[in-house]
Amino acid sequence: MTQSTTTRDTSTLRNRRTGPTSSREALQALEDSQAAGLSPEDDTQSSNGTSHHLSAGGHVSRDPQSGGVVLMLVAGLSFATRLYRITEPPHVCWDETHFGKMGSYYINRTFFFDVHPPLGKMLIGLAGYMTGYDGSFPFAKPGDKYEHHNYWGMRGLCAVLGSFLPIFAYLIVLNLSRSYTAALITATLVICDTGCITISQYILLDPILLFFIMAAVLSMVNFSLQRFRPFTSSWWLWLILTGVNLAGALGVKFVGLFVVLLVGLNTVWDLWRLLGDLSLSLVEITKHFLARIVGLILVPLFLYVTIFAVHFVVLNKSGPGDGFYSSAFQSRLIGNNLHNASMPEYLAYGSIITVKNLRIAGGYLHSHWHLYPEGVGARQQQVTAYLHKDYNNVWLVHRPDNNASQPGTADLVRHGDIIRLEHKETTRNLHGHLHEAPLTKKHFQVTGYGINGTGDTNDLWQVEVCGGRKGDLVKVLRSKVRFLHRATGCVLYSSGKTLPKWGWEQVEVTCSPYLKETPSSQWNIEDHVNPKWPNISLSVLKPHFLEILLESHIVMIRGNSGLKPKDNEMNSKPWHWPIDYQGLRFSGVNDTEYRVYLLGNPVVWWMNLASLGLYPIMVAVASIALQRGFSLGQKRKEHSLVLQREGGLLLLGWLLHYAPFYTMGRVLYFHHYFPAMLFSSMLTGITFDVLLKSTDLLLRPPYSDWLRRLGLLVLLLSVLYSFYLFHPLSYGMTGPLAHEPGSAMAGQKWMDSWEF
Amino acid sequence: MLQFPLVVTTQVDVVLVLVSLLAFWTRLSRLSSPNAVVFDEVYYGQFVSLYMKRVFFIDDSGPPLGHMIMALGAYLGGFDGNFVWNRIGAEYPSSLSVWSLRLLPAVCGALCVPLVYLLTLELKFSHLSALGASVLLLLENSLIVQSRFMLLESLLIFFVLVAFLSYLKFHNQPNSCFRFCWLLLSGGSCAAAVGVKYMGVFSYLLLVGVASLHTWNLIGDRTISHLSVCVQCVCRAVCVLVVPVLLYVFWFYLHLTLLHRSGPHDQLMSSAFQASLEGGLSRITQGQPLDVSYGSQVTLRSSASQPIPCWLHSHKANYPIRYENGRGSSHQQQVTCYPFKDVNNWWIIKDAGRQQLVVSSPPRPVRHGDVIQLVHGMTSRFLNSHDVAAPMSPHSQEVSGYIDFNVSMAAQNLWRVDISNREAESESWKTILSEVRLVHVNTSAVLKLSGVSLPDWGFRQLEVVAEKQSKAHSLVWTVEEHRYGTSQEQKEREAELHSPTHIDVDRKISFWAKFLELQWKMLTVKQEDSEHKYSSSPLEWITMETNIAYWLHSSTNAQIHLIGNPVSWGVAHISLLAYQLLAAIYLLRRRRGLKDLPDGVWAQFVCLGYVCVGGWLVNFVPFLLMEKTLFLYHYLPALCYLHLLSPALLEHTHTQLLSRSTHRRALGLCVCVGLVCVYLSYRTFCPLTYGTPELSANQLQALKWRDSWDILYRRR
Repeated sequence: MTQSTTTRDTSTLRNRRTGPTSSREALQALEDSQAAGLSPEDDTQSSNGTSHHLSAGGHVSRDPQSGGVVLMLVAGLSFATRLYRITEPPHVCWDETHFGKMGSYYINRTFFFDVHPPLGKMLIGLAGYMTGYDGSFPFAKPGDKYEHHNYWGMRGLCAVLGSFLPIFAYLIVLNLSRSYTAALITATLVICDTGCITISQYILLDPILLFFIMAAVLSMVNFSLQRFRPFTSSWWLWLILTGVNLAGALGVKFVGLFVVLLVGLNTVWDLWRLLGDLSLSLVEITKHFLARIVGLILVPLFLYVTIFAVHFVVLNKSGPGDGFYSSAFQSRLIGNNLHNASMPEYLAYGSIITVKNLRIAGGYLHSHWHLYPEGVGARQQQVTAYLHKDYNNVWLVHRPDNNASQPGTADLVRHGDIIRLEHKETTRNLHGHLHEAPLTKKHFQVTGYGINGTGDTNDLWQVEVCGGRKGDLVKVLRSKVRFLHRATGCVLYSSGKTLPKWGWEQVEVTCSPYLKETPSSQWNIEDHVNPKWPNISLSVLKPHFLEILLESHIVMIRGNSGLKPKDNEMNSKPWHWPIDYQGLRFSGVNDTEYRVYLLGNPVVWWMNLASLGLYPIMVAVASIALQRGFSLGQKRKEHSLVLQREGGLLLLGWLLHYAPFYTMGRVLYFHHYFPAMLFSSMLTGITFDVLLKSTDLLLRPPYSDWLRRLGLLVLLLSVLYSFYLFHPLSYGMTGPLAHEPGSAMAGQKWMDSWEF
Repeated sequence: MLQFPLVVTTQVDVVLVLVSLLAFWTRLSRLSSPNAVVFDEVYYGQFVSLYMKRVFFIDDSGPPLGHMIMALGAYLGGFDGNFVWNRIGAEYPSSLSVWSLRLLPAVCGALCVPLVYLLTLELKFSHLSALGASVLLLLENSLIVQSRFMLLESLLIFFVLVAFLSYLKFHNQPNSCFRFCWLLLSGGSCAAAVGVKYMGVFSYLLLVGVASLHTWNLIGDRTISHLSVCVQCVCRAVCVLVVPVLLYVFWFYLHLTLLHRSGPHDQLMSSAFQASLEGGLSRITQGQPLDVSYGSQVTLRSSASQPIPCWLHSHKANYPIRYENGRGSSHQQQVTCYPFKDVNNWWIIKDAGRQQLVVSSPPRPVRHGDVIQLVHGMTSRFLNSHDVAAPMSPHSQEVSGYIDFNVSMAAQNLWRVDISNREAESESWKTILSEVRLVHVNTSAVLKLSGVSLPDWGFRQLEVVAEKQSKAHSLVWTVEEHRYGTSQEQKEREAELHSPTHIDVDRKISFWAKFLELQWKMLTVKQEDSEHKYSSSPLEWITMETNIAYWLHSSTNAQIHLIGNPVSWGVAHISLLAYQLLAAIYLLRRRRGLKDLPDGVWAQFVCLGYVCVGGWLVNFVPFLLMEKTLFLYHYLPALCYLHLLSPALLEHTHTQLLSRSTHRRALGLCVCVGLVCVYLSYRTFCPLTYGTPELSANQLQALKWRDSWDILYRRR
């Protein structure tokens, strides 16, 4: 009772006091506006205009000297933990087999296909190149020994970038909450998390992605600290840096979109605030608006496009990814059969051809020795579209009558001609009939039918060149061709839907009764072999850079959504992640092998989980208290605002990086949670800090202080001790498995689902 | 003291009455034609039949309230449930009162029209707007079609509208003593909406959102005492949160009370659940001994219902020495899981330390942690597992009936009983109730149904394996049939196994357990994603790219389609766009301190946005993220919100934006022309809405306004 009266006294005193504006004063004004129950759109007196020259940094209570020491300590510890035993184990671990291989592709300049944008792999390749790795290691499968190959550079890059995470987390929390305690808690959590350590130590995209995400958030936070002195050089610096890091995050993985969204929402909120500040003229607001467009949209976009430009320039040799791309795209690649291609110019009877769909990532017309299963149309041979180059993609062009092998009549195919396409490998004809297609029920089924080229009238297709007239010749590579089914009038169509297991997860091919001209129903002749006609060098029109860019994006997106979980495979579910339900085996299974297991430090993760539960309660209490206008002390109001605003930002970050996974159909892995985990750890820092500072609700001053210090100490020590307990997960274990008594991890298998 | 004269004065809104009458006329006239099964009636009809027969079923498409309402209609009409719902277009027999089956959805559909009228008034718009909204709804062909048959959408829309209407009544009468009755009604209708279709959840969440916003403002109101705020908050929470949940459970209570007989969907449920139903499993299991003891003869059912429920099984056939892919096996007797009742499903529980296979007296019950052997009843082989790769899942261990081939492969036939629900049930192994994991003692692997079927050599039965360290649900087994073995000799025992089991006792599981199991099953049973001929994607709904053919007369061109009224459909979406634009402009200008609208009008405008645009958003956007098969009728609730929006927006334009009388008159004229167009297009599509009159092929061709519409022509 006495306490509350004194608080009110001091606050009235402060209101009456006039003096030089300080940030505390600004905060007070904000609070007052809140206390008066004004809706945010009316709170126009908040001091965010140019008139106030404030340094928000001045609010930090302790001297910068000790701050620097703490920062150095955090940096030292994080580098030490990440770089310790970086070359162990000396064999390929888990996804190193992909990303290491792709790094090698950059060094060898061979073209490949991957579902992620190229920046991460380019950096890996660059790091390898700089440290003397020659790109000759095949990275065939996990467990392969590196032997004499220089792999430490690539791992080192990832580990160094990963070491920045605790530092960034520390700085973000410090700048947000202006509390060393909160920052310290966060840094300890991230440093001591075995999961973060493990994921930083190998050749993976995740440390690079996490680095850019955290750097973007840090720049965003620093940028908003500069809001009292807009258009100064440091303001510009942080704005541009935010943009650069966003481009980096997006350039590594599409998960970077979530941080783009976070920054975007924050910027919209910021602009909304500026718009409500009636002391700013519309011209100034427009300047603010344009500056953000430049810094947060144009700069990242430019950089992102540049990344792709570099990608395409570096990778100029034909490689394993060719088949995913259009014929025009392939002609750029040295070593591809379409590079400076030489083949008969016009489609002729008796030719051996491959037919490619014009939809982006459309695939080659394909058939194989497998029938459609029972219940899916007629039980005839499957016809699909296939993305890889394969001998089963090869077809023969025949006349409708069976005497195509007449000597000397190597005639050319013309617009409007009726042809028969025979699958070279299985000698079945491309056949359509009035059965439902397997997936697109409104379309008809396409099958392989007949034997040795003998079939029936349903095997006849009319060739049409798009935009052509009767009698036009069919140009190889350059003509867009449609195949109209003679008997039913439908058009050969690739729906882009992936067939189930019985169709080997290839793409469905149907006959569409809707004759609309879409790329899905248009095809081109890619390979063309006909000994009776002379080969002519064809310079295919080189595609425009923007076309390549668009095409590669569509191919990536298709690839991503094509990563469906397999039926019998153990699949990680998003709800597993925050509770640290199950990790990932990075290396080793048996007790003789060197085992590394990606699993978050359970103490850290469960603390995060607890704070995710605690935070909403604390915010609810604080918000109701503010809304109801209870007289809170100055300090408590400050804490409430930190919880509401800064905590809200971090919670939003967590949500954005976590919730979308629930709606994703693709296969998910444990490591997808790491971006969200970093946000969650920062939130934990702020939550526990406010919680500890609220001990004076329970006890009177001297004791409450002791309780606070004790709580902090217990918190930090328990995290450190748990790190000591679980560090073998990251730094490798040998010997018996954890459920046996002799193991280093004996007794620490706290959940049955952990597999170490 | 009674005072005379006794005077009753009432005010009748003639327009409202008129509109309602029209609504009833459009929805209820000639309700029993066509006298044939139309579209999804074939689906819901079977459930109505099952209600009539009191047979238990699971419908994973939604909660049971909607089905029960339709069943109520059928019950009142005297339907006995004897009709085979197998094909769209099948004629109803004359004994069946089609009219009564379709009545309740049609009435609800008709009531939506006056509800929209009242709702517009509660949003504080004029009677003219209210009339406009109700006319739009009245003349919406798609809503008429959807209301006239045994379908759920009209029920859903009805309850959602009631919920919002009563909530707004509650909100608009701050000092009335009945206001909490309105709130209670609102909560109740929310529960009903969610009870009809899960889709109702979206509208419910919106209502909760609006209510919490209002409550938040209430908390901020410092003129009200703390106590009063607390009381109000608690009351609101009870009405909007607690009551709906309780009611939702109540629907299931009704459902389970009504359906007490066993039926075709039994197998999806646990043994305990099945035993609580009349007939079926309970007939077999009644009176079985409860405690599983040494010497008990049991059948073990896998608790995984994927791919199908089955029993642990063995038979006189061995694993092939080499599989097709060249891997070797132990060549011992096959152990599988078999989805049919069979004498080979019987196993005998044997004490590892003793020889006899009969129950001693008194019986020695098996408890958690005991080590047992399982002997196959017909072949006397021991259930065995060893470090040999299983046939289809090579990462797991093979499970076999042990045969000693003298190849230094010792028997490993000890299993530890691990009762996983011992906290809830008991430490000793109970028939049906206990969920048991059988842990192989030598390897600590767990007996598991892998879910893969074996090839021909295994008679296409399901594979059983032992797997280490997995926690899936598929490795829990329950004893279903059980009796105490009495015959020591193999021959006698075989005869005993062939004889059926039965004695009588009743066993019940609690309603909550049944509710939770049923709800869980309904949410997790996988629907097969197959594309339907008339399915569509959400973005196609906005432009009405597709229609759905509901019914085609068996010999003529008479047909019914779900096609919206294209004109009002267009108007609705234009007004949606217009509202968003207008709202953006207002918001930006207000933020700069330029208040175009007086506060009262602004509040009205915002409230309109919450209800209508919000309602549209929550009923549309979630579908974009869904992967199930979607149809045009999923869009109808969202469309209703838009029909509410258009007239209100016009009124706003009229009163706030247009100041000159010439402009206002021009707007009035436009509205009149628009209404005439709406009416005309309603008339045009009437033949496809009511199925009469029959149109010629040319007329049908003329109705095909979009190429993508699928209108059927009969070739003559």
